[in-house]
Amino acid sequence: MPFGTNVVNREARPAKSGPLLELQKLSTHYVSSRGTRVVRAVDDVSLRVNAGETLGIVGESGSGKSTLALSILRILPPAARNVSGRIMFEGEDLLEKSDAEMRHVRGKRIAMILQDPMASLNPLFTIGNQVAEPIQVHEGVKRVTAWERARNLLKAVKIPSPETRVTQYPHEMSGGMRQRIVGAIGISCEPRLLIADEPTTSLDLTIQAQYLSLLRDLQRQYNLALIFITHNLGIVAKMCDQLAVMYAGRVVESGPVSQVFNHPAHPYTEALLSSIPRMSDVDQRLTAIEGQPPDLSRLSAGCSFADRCPKAFDRCRVEAPPETSPGAGRTARCWLAPATVQPAELAAVGGED
Amino acid sequence: MAQFISRRVGYCLLSLLLLSLTIFFFVRVTGDPAALLVEPGASPDDIAAIHHQFGLDRPLWVQYALFMKQLLQGDLGKSFYYQTPVMQLYLTRLPNSLILAVVAMGFSLLIGIPSGILAAVRVGRFWDSAGKMFALLGLSLPSFWVGLVMILFFSVYLGWLPSSGAGTPWHLIMPAFALGWYFAAAHMRLTRSSMLEVLGSEYVKLARLKGLPEALVIAKHAFKNALIPVLTLAGVNLVIMVNVAVVVETVFAWPGIGRLLYEGISFRDFPVVQGVVILGGAMIVMVNFMVDILYAVIDPRIRLEK
Amino acid sequence: MSVPAQTIDLPLATPAHSTPRHWFRADFPIIPALILLSIALVALFANFLAPHNPELGSLTARFKPPFWQAGGSTKYLLGTDQLGRDVLSRLIFGARISMVVGFFAVMVAGVVGTLLGILSGYLGGWVDQIIMRLTDTWLALPALTFAIFLAAIVGPSMWNIVIILGITYWTRYARVIRGEVLSLGEREFVGLAIVAGCWKWRIMRRHILPNVINSAIVLGTLMLGVVIIAEATLSFLGVGVPPPQPAWGLMLSDGKQGLMVGYWWLTVFPGICIMLMVLSANILGDWLRVKLDPQLRQL
Repeated sequence: MPFGTNVVNREARPAKSGPLLELQKLSTHYVSSRGTRVVRAVDDVSLRVNAGETLGIVGESGSGKSTLALSILRILPPAARNVSGRIMFEGEDLLEKSDAEMRHVRGKRIAMILQDPMASLNPLFTIGNQVAEPIQVHEGVKRVTAWERARNLLKAVKIPSPETRVTQYPHEMSGGMRQRIVGAIGISCEPRLLIADEPTTSLDLTIQAQYLSLLRDLQRQYNLALIFITHNLGIVAKMCDQLAVMYAGRVVESGPVSQVFNHPAHPYTEALLSSIPRMSDVDQRLTAIEGQPPDLSRLSAGCSFADRCPKAFDRCRVEAPPETSPGAGRTARCWLAPATVQPAELAAVGGED
Repeated sequence: MAQFISRRVGYCLLSLLLLSLTIFFFVRVTGDPAALLVEPGASPDDIAAIHHQFGLDRPLWVQYALFMKQLLQGDLGKSFYYQTPVMQLYLTRLPNSLILAVVAMGFSLLIGIPSGILAAVRVGRFWDSAGKMFALLGLSLPSFWVGLVMILFFSVYLGWLPSSGAGTPWHLIMPAFALGWYFAAAHMRLTRSSMLEVLGSEYVKLARLKGLPEALVIAKHAFKNALIPVLTLAGVNLVIMVNVAVVVETVFAWPGIGRLLYEGISFRDFPVVQGVVILGGAMIVMVNFMVDILYAVIDPRIRLEK
Repeated sequence: MSVPAQTIDLPLATPAHSTPRHWFRADFPIIPALILLSIALVALFANFLAPHNPELGSLTARFKPPFWQAGGSTKYLLGTDQLGRDVLSRLIFGARISMVVGFFAVMVAGVVGTLLGILSGYLGGWVDQIIMRLTDTWLALPALTFAIFLAAIVGPSMWNIVIILGITYWTRYARVIRGEVLSLGEREFVGLAIVAGCWKWRIMRRHILPNVINSAIVLGTLMLGVVIIAEATLSFLGVGVPPPQPAWGLMLSDGKQGLMVGYWWLTVFPGICIMLMVLSANILGDWLRVKLDPQLRQL
């Protein structure tokens, strides 16, 4: 076992009743400085993630995926507001927490890996310093102990000769190695939930595959719940248990990956899936749908996908479809989705797989 | 790296050459230097004699070659007024100018950096607006007027500080402040924008994601990175300060290079004026060269560029 | 992510608090514009506005304080100088000098710099190399010292100052305009014009010039302040506008003599005039920069 002792001897916390993270009708809007323009970046999103499970969030760029992730950790740009909803994490609403309390959640209980490994390490501090930093801050341990753990973490993310690497600076490492280090920072305080925002987009293919399998190993070892934000459906097929498809700030469809892939309930999901020739083709991007996503500051009253939807009919343009459930543990926002279960019953069945 | 340095050295030499040409050209084209040397109403014979004495009757390119030859030997000619070599005059005044510039730089950084950080951290709020106002005032008030008003207030009315001259640290305070004032505004602006850029960077985002206290994020992860361009600029500005201090040194009768230039103008001491301008330009070219090299040492990407 | 243009990644925004308003760049800076306009009007109608001849004094009325101080009279509202000349009248005529020098020096710098910038950016090659080397060298010269040097050798006169400041400050235009032209060159319509067989000169005049004129105007407004301070500095040092003309810088230089005995009005009033004018030009320039040309922010 390659991990340091202090890393593996943790017990998974006794499962509380209910999911680890549950977003309830969360909305995050950007408001322009004069208040004249409101961009509904995240609108009425409900999602849940169970301990140890992986949720994939897919969507085109601009669909609100990243804003959603930042909303959960509450590090939004100043123009953004969490306007409504709840973020229940281990039974507590994160939106109710003070800034100081929130700091103990970030990095400690929920960690996040950013998109760009070249830019997310501070060029002026050593790797050891940056990996040990959250351990020192959150666990109040001495510098020596924190550095010892930093070395073990580098070992855990399979970086060769961690003893010398800790004293080096970011520019001395390759992109793949830096992203592993960012991963090591993510798991340094053994969080319950790790959010990865397109962590592999800037890596080349072989490194990408290695990194994904590393993330899966870490997830198993640490019993991590993972939210995987990507626009690559191939990765979702490989990595995820659950899938949420975002379009124009809303979750248009969600459910277990296999079910959504085999029987998509929303025309947008269908279009996404048909834009991939083969599921095994890892590098397929979601580009093959005609038309542009709508301007999020000027949404019509109807379904936001209506303009690009091949199946749209009159009702779609005047009335937005509510969230319904086309099957156990699934949701969809489409008038055509077979509504077998009403949203009220959704909570009872959701999250089982 | 060697290629980069040799290229930079080439640019630097070319700049110095163009500098000497520019100055030479302007002196010969804009007027007859001999006319500057003689009293108004001198006879044509006197002027011809001076022409001959300074080689002004020879072809232009010969004059330029001579000019360059002397320049390369560090010979900037002799002051008409003091009857000593300009280089020597310059070097005796340089320490005073440097002291003034260093203290003024201290003032400007002491004011500029904290206010710039404050403005960036509170972007769009009260302190940011106040900082912007301060920066605009700094760029809009002529330094000599700031100096005059300070003399009026601190010397004439309050009698706290000496109005002119040098000798004690008290003499330094007002000129250094008047000189540093403009640069404080410039340093504040740069600190603010550099800090804003760093605060928007991914590594600061990651530092926040780690759950670090905001004070630590700013003090550790943002401050150091944001300071690099400011300190680089400060290095360049130190040299610029030496060269723009002419009005402040005139107002406070501070015996530096600026005062030398002013004396040169008042006494129609042409070699002094020309020498101060040449040396000032050369200093700035050299400093820019050193900054280029320094950047290349710090940042490997620049080295590879070309 | 679709993020509105004005957002900057900064500390988290916790639930709603009111949006900050940039009061001084949100909208047109009306006060600075009015100040500049009134200075321009004063300069234009100086002959009618000034109560006295600015260049003639009476030796019996030397160093009179402003009217509200003991010894002052309403005949000389802002007092008199060492030759008994009326300060107010000199300030009024001084506005004319500052306006003329400022406007024409900026025009000279703007025309020279814009022309060279367009040539450099559009023609490229060795023309570009030469112009940019020259610009770099020129920029390396301490601008003010260089202007003093030139003024010292050509001798003082108002129009000399205009030309000297023009050829001292053209470099900033050349740099910025060249950059603009380079970014234009990649745009389609210039390419189309070339395909259509337009003459180079015609392309520069018809297609490029109109596109860089915004930047030139913004720069010009910002340069106005720099140039006015430079003029005041030259006059202050005795190489600018020659006496007895009432340039503000010259008034400050004269006022220096009375400073130690407390004749404050000779120093304070001209300084305030310079400050008002430069500050107004800078605020207006900043506003224009944001409105017309967001790319110029690095200036």
